[in-house]
Amino acid sequence: MTDTLSAAGGETAGVPEFPMPRAARCPFDPPPGLRSLQEEGPLARVRLWDGSTPWVVTRYAEQRALMADPRVSADITRPGYPAQAPMPKGSFASFILMDDPEHHRLRRMVQAPFTVKRVEEMRPAVQRIVDDLIDAVLAGPKPVDLVEAFALPVPSLVICELLGVPYDDHDFFQDNSKTVIRRDAAPEERAAAGARLNAYLDDLVGRKLAEPADDLLSRLTGRIEAGELSRAEAAQMGVLLLIAGHETTANMIALGTLALLRHPDQLALLRESDDPKLVAGAVEELLRYLNITHSGRRRVALEDIEISGQVIRAGEGMIMANDIANRDPEVFPGPDDLDLRRDAPRHVAFGFGVHQCLGQPLARMELQVVYSTLYRRIPTLSLATDLDRVPFKHDGQVYGVYELPVTW
Amino acid sequence: MNVIVDAGKCCGAGQCVLLAPDVFDQNEDDGIVVLLDATPPEALRAAVREAAEVCPAAAITVEERP
Ligand code: HEM
Ligand code: SF4
Repeated sequence: MTDTLSAAGGETAGVPEFPMPRAARCPFDPPPGLRSLQEEGPLARVRLWDGSTPWVVTRYAEQRALMADPRVSADITRPGYPAQAPMPKGSFASFILMDDPEHHRLRRMVQAPFTVKRVEEMRPAVQRIVDDLIDAVLAGPKPVDLVEAFALPVPSLVICELLGVPYDDHDFFQDNSKTVIRRDAAPEERAAAGARLNAYLDDLVGRKLAEPADDLLSRLTGRIEAGELSRAEAAQMGVLLLIAGHETTANMIALGTLALLRHPDQLALLRESDDPKLVAGAVEELLRYLNITHSGRRRVALEDIEISGQVIRAGEGMIMANDIANRDPEVFPGPDDLDLRRDAPRHVAFGFGVHQCLGQPLARMELQVVYSTLYRRIPTLSLATDLDRVPFKHDGQVYGVYELPVTW
Repeated sequence: MNVIVDAGKCCGAGQCVLLAPDVFDQNEDDGIVVLLDATPPEALRAAVREAAEVCPAAAITVEERP
């Protein structure tokens, strides 16, 4: 083999490190290093924190094919799985890191409230939440941190209501979630935060067993009583849904707002239109353009897989860098432009294959309500600091901003 | 056009319902796809093809009959 990118045999010199840094002046664009790899070919080797050299898949077509391939596993316990960071012992991850049939068995149990129709029924309630929070922002002092005052509360209130988690505990679960998904948190620190969330959800499941209410956790207790689900599995699913349900959408709200403030012509489209089609399309385009889950989907091959002239060997890791696939010029012309009128529903910001985001109908609806309301109600919304001073989540498994001072 | 869904493959992400609500629905209990119309009229066919294309689980097959 003469291919210098194939690092078999432990020869890792020249293999770029992953994750890669973004360019300092382009906080919305994927790392330039990923763009270069994509130009060279659909697959390349990268080096992770532990010295391993899995594949990174950079082009859209190959990513979709591999994410939908049953020979590709999401099981984090398999040798060769390209972990984001040292894995603490006794991790708590639920079906997001499992394969079928276990994945399917568990996912089906929590799917009901996330169907398109059920989510649509929640729209008026979400609109009220958004309106009330904006009322409070307008009545309060300025500048204000939009993350704290708006971006985090919206999805947190919604997922709490849906799961049956008391919103009063939001400081506790928001802080611990942040630690769990920080790439550079020490393994013990992350393990401790995960364990605290797990204990909290386990306790809640216990309370719902004693006193069921009309929420998702209570419905899971029915499964426990029927012997279809263990209490530990229920608590782990609760943790997954709680974290995934608020961190992601919150980042889309804050980072999306910042991106729009930097593209005033695009922001004007949302401010001046009440066409639900335009709003829905804007949500898809912002999902594509920002692709906040910037650590890539992590997978490992169960068998040898031939793709685009390469062979991924059984046991080799793969990282599907969705951020750069969503900027693949073959699929999205002018990929680095934010163009809210672009028809981009085929993006992979929610992943692809059987793990494709369970909460996507909810995320879409929440973002549609937010983007169609916030800029109309606060038309003079503006950044209250320099872009250079905005703290971006370069160290997060999910990208976004830690704070967004705004005024109006 | 003849539409076939494989409920065993479906992961309930609901993309098909968003695109073609007159052709696809989701089961209330577990979000799994329900086919409402296996032979959709001309006006819906583009959306159905799009649904088959974006379905993450390859659960939708479209047979184009002459
Ligand atoms: C804009 C917001 C969101 C984005 C960008 C997003 C993104 C993603 C992505 C990329 C995956 C695939 C993971 C993989 O394949 O490894 C995923 C899975 C998942 N998401 Fe989301 N998500 C969002 C909102 C939500 C919400 C609101 C929920 C609600 C609870 C949620 C729950 C989940 C769950 C449970 C999974 C695991 C699905 C599985 O493994 O079968 N997400 N999400
Ligand atoms: S798009 Fe595919 S996976 Fe999603 S609900 Fe429809 S058939 Fe099922």
